[in-house]
Amino acid sequence: MAHDAHAAALPPLKQVAADFGGDKQSFQVPWGKAMMWIFLLSDTFIFTCFLTGYMHVRISTMESWPNPSQVFALHMFGQDIPLILIAIMTFVLITSSGTMALAVNYGYRKDRRNTVLLLCATAALGATFVGMQAFEWTKLIMEGVRPWENPWGAPQFGSSFFMITGFHGCHVTAGVIYLLVTAKRVGSGFYDRKGSYETVEVAGLYWHFVDLVWVFIFAFFYLW
Amino acid sequence: MAYVAIADRDAPIHDPHTFIEKYIWSQDHKVIAIQYSIVAIFVGLVALVLSGLMRLQLGFPDSFHFVDPNQYYQFITMHGMIMVIYLLTALFLGGFGNFLIPLMCGSRDMVFPYMNMLSFWVYLLAVIVLLASFFVQGGPTGAGWTLYPPQAVLPGTPGAGLGIILMLVSLGIFIVAFTMGGLNYVTTVLQARCRGMTLMRMPLSVWGIFVATILGLLAFPALFVSAIMMTLDGTLGTSFFMPALSSMGQAPEHDGGSPLLFQHLFWFFGHPEVYIVALPAFGIVSDLLATHARKNIFGYRMMVWAILAIGGLSFVVWAHHMYVSGMNPYFGFFFATTTLIIAVPTAIKVYNWVLTLWKGDIHLTVPMLFAIGFIFTFVHGGLTGLFLGNVTVDLPLSDTYFVVGHFHMVMGVSPVLVVFGAIYHWYPKLTGRMWDDRLGRIHFWLTFLGTYAIYLPMHYLGILGVPRRYYALGETEFLPQSVHTVNAAITIAALVVAASVVIFLYNMIVSLWRGEKSPPNPWKATTLEWQTPDTPAKHGNWGPRLPEVHRWAYDYSVPGAPDDFIPQNVPVDSRYATGTGHHG
Ligand code: HEM
Ligand SMILES: [Cu+2]
Repeated sequence: MAHDAHAAALPPLKQVAADFGGDKQSFQVPWGKAMMWIFLLSDTFIFTCFLTGYMHVRISTMESWPNPSQVFALHMFGQDIPLILIAIMTFVLITSSGTMALAVNYGYRKDRRNTVLLLCATAALGATFVGMQAFEWTKLIMEGVRPWENPWGAPQFGSSFFMITGFHGCHVTAGVIYLLVTAKRVGSGFYDRKGSYETVEVAGLYWHFVDLVWVFIFAFFYLW
Repeated sequence: MAYVAIADRDAPIHDPHTFIEKYIWSQDHKVIAIQYSIVAIFVGLVALVLSGLMRLQLGFPDSFHFVDPNQYYQFITMHGMIMVIYLLTALFLGGFGNFLIPLMCGSRDMVFPYMNMLSFWVYLLAVIVLLASFFVQGGPTGAGWTLYPPQAVLPGTPGAGLGIILMLVSLGIFIVAFTMGGLNYVTTVLQARCRGMTLMRMPLSVWGIFVATILGLLAFPALFVSAIMMTLDGTLGTSFFMPALSSMGQAPEHDGGSPLLFQHLFWFFGHPEVYIVALPAFGIVSDLLATHARKNIFGYRMMVWAILAIGGLSFVVWAHHMYVSGMNPYFGFFFATTTLIIAVPTAIKVYNWVLTLWKGDIHLTVPMLFAIGFIFTFVHGGLTGLFLGNVTVDLPLSDTYFVVGHFHMVMGVSPVLVVFGAIYHWYPKLTGRMWDDRLGRIHFWLTFLGTYAIYLPMHYLGILGVPRRYYALGETEFLPQSVHTVNAAITIAALVVAASVVIFLYNMIVSLWRGEKSPPNPWKATTLEWQTPDTPAKHGNWGPRLPEVHRWAYDYSVPGAPDDFIPQNVPVDSRYATGTGHHG
C-alpha cells in the first residue's frame, strides 16, 4: 500500500497521486475549508458566466456602448473626475482584504480581542462598500439609467450593470453578515472552546474571493 | 498526519429521538436519500403521465380532445425538464448519492448533515414551484425543455407569462439545493473516507457519483446565470437574449440581445448534464455487473480514468447541440472532433462491462437483468450519437424523431434501467426486505422490450423526416401512410411500459410489509454498505467502531479463498491473493 514504509521511494508524480488518493483525507485541511474551496470554484463559474455573458451582449448589441469614464464620473471641486467613486470603492474593498488577513493572523494566535476587532473592521469596510454602491445606483437611476434603457446608448449597459454589480453586492452583503456572525462567535469564546480558529480563515477565503471577483468586474466593466 | 473521521470529531453526532427528528427534519443521510427518492419518483410519475398523454395524441391524432396544441407543448416541456433534472439528477445524486457515499466510503454521515437536510427541503420547494406552474394563469411554459429565447418569453408561446418565470425560478432554487447537497457529497468523498479506503479502492458507484457531482457544481452555474438573465428579460424587459423583432404583429421593446448567448450558456450546462445523469449510472452498473457476475470489474483503473476523461471532455463539446444554429465551420469541426473523442473512453467502458461478464458466474437476478439491459440500450443510443455528432449528418436529422429516439435511448431509458436495477439491488439494505422476484422479472421484460418497441421505430420515423415537437402530422406528401401506423404502435408500447411501472411501484410498496426478511448481505457483495452491523443500517451506520478497509471493492471469486467474495473490510490473508495486489 502506497501510504506506508516504501512511500518515500516513489517518483514525484506518483508521490503526489499517493498523497492525494491515499488512505487519509485528500486535503489536509478541515472539512469546512475544503468545502469552501469547492464552493468558490463553483461560484467562480457563476461569475465567469456573468462576465462572458456581459461581454457577449456588449459585442452583439447594435447601439453604441456608453463611455464608462463619463458615466461613472463624479462632479467634484468644480470638475468631472472620471471613475473617482469606483476607485474609492475598490480601495475600500481591497483595504478590507488587508484587515481580513490580519484577523486571520490574530485568529491563529488565539488573540480573541484583536480578531473580533479586525473582523468588525472588515465588516464595516464591506458595509461601506455596499453603501457606496447604493449611492452609485441611486445616482445612475436619477440620471435615467434603467435595466431596460439608458440615455446614452445600448440598453444592455444598464442591464448588465445592475445585474452584475447587484449580484456581487449580494455577495458582499452576505459576506458582511457572515463576518459578523463569525465575530460574534469569536467574541463568545466559541472557538477557544473548540480549540481552533480555523473557521475565521474559512470566512476569510470567502471574503478574499469576493474582493478578487470585484477586481475582475472593475477591470471588465469600468475600465473597458 | 492526524486521521480524521466523523467518529473522531469532538462533538458527538446529533442523535435523533422524536419521530419528527428521525423521519422529517432528519439529518441522517439515509433518510434524506429516501426523502429525495420519494419526491423524485413522484415528479417522475407526473412526467410519465404527461408522456402518456402526448403519446395518445400522437398515436391517435383525431380521437382525443383532452390535449390541444398548446397543452402538447406544455407537456413536452414539463416532461423533458422533469425527467432530466427533477427526476434523474435528483434521484442519482440526492437519492443514490446520499445513500451510497457515506455507506460505501465507511463514513458515519455526510460531513455537514444540517446542510444536507436543507438541500432536500430546498429541492422540495423547487418541485413545488415547478408544479405550481400547472395551476397559474396560462399554465406551465411550453417553450420546450431547452427554453430557447426569444420565443420562451414572448406571447404566443403557452405559459409565456407566469409559466416561464416559475420554471426559471424553480430551476434557480433547484440549483441552490443541488449545490448544498453537492458540496457535501464531494467533500465527504475527499475528506471522510474510513481508514484504508484509498481513492483507488472506492467502488465505481462512488466514483461515478463523485465526478458527476463535480460536473454539476461546474455546469449548473451556466444554467443559473442564464435563468437569471432570462427572468430579467421576462419581467423587467431587459434584452440579454432578445434581439429587435416583431412578435404577433407588434414590436416588443427589445433590442440588441443575443439568443445565441442563451444557447451557449444552456448547452454549456446541458451537455455536462447528460453526464451528470450518465456517470452515476455507469458507476452503479459496473458494481451491479461485478457483483452479480461474481467477477472483479475488468480494468478498474481504466474505468476510473474513463470516468474522469468523460467528465473533463464533456465541457468542450456543448456546441454539437447547435450545429443548426449556424457557426463558423472551424468550430463545427472542433466540436465534432471533441464529440467523437468522447466516444473513446465511453467505448472503453462498454468493452470493460462486457469483459466483466465474460466467463463470469452470471446470476440472472433482477438487478443483473436491468444492468445487462442497460448495456444494450446504451450501446444503441451511443451509436446513433456518433451519427448526430457529425455536422453534415446532424443537419438533416436535427429536430426529427431520430433525435428523439437517440436521446431517449441514451439518457432516458438507459439511466432509468440503472435506476430500476439499483433500486432492486439496494432495496434489501434500505428496508430489510426482499422483493417479489417474479414481478421484478415481469417488470424487466416489459420495460426492456417495451423501450425497444417505442424507440427503435422512432429512428426510422426520423430518417423519413418526421419532425420533432409536432402536435399532429396531418396528411403530407413526403410521409407514407405507414408513419401513422408506426405511431399508433409506438403509443401502445408506451402505454404497456407505463403500466409496467405500476407493477414496479406495487412490488416496491407491498414488499415493505410482505417481502421476506432480507439477510444482511443477500447478494454476497464485497462493498462496505453490505457489511453494516444492522440491516437496515442504523443512524451512524457502523455501531461503535468505523470499518477499516483492506482491499479493493472487487474481490470476487479469488482463487483459494473460502467464499466467492471477500468483503472490503476483511484483512489481507497471505494464503490467497487480492485483486488490489501491488497498488492500492
Ligand atoms: C415511457 C417513457 C417515455 C415516453 C413514452 C416518452 C415520450 C416522449 C415524447 C412523446 C416526447 C415528445 C416528442 C416530441 O413531440 O418531440 C418526449 C420528449 C422528451 N423526453 Fe421523453 N419519454 C419517456 C421517457 C423519458 C425519460 C426517462 C427521459 C429522461 C431523460 C425523457 C426525456 C425527454 C426529453 C428531454 C424530451 C424533449 C422535450 C423537448 O423536446 O423539449 N423522456 N418524450
Ligand atoms: Cu451533448
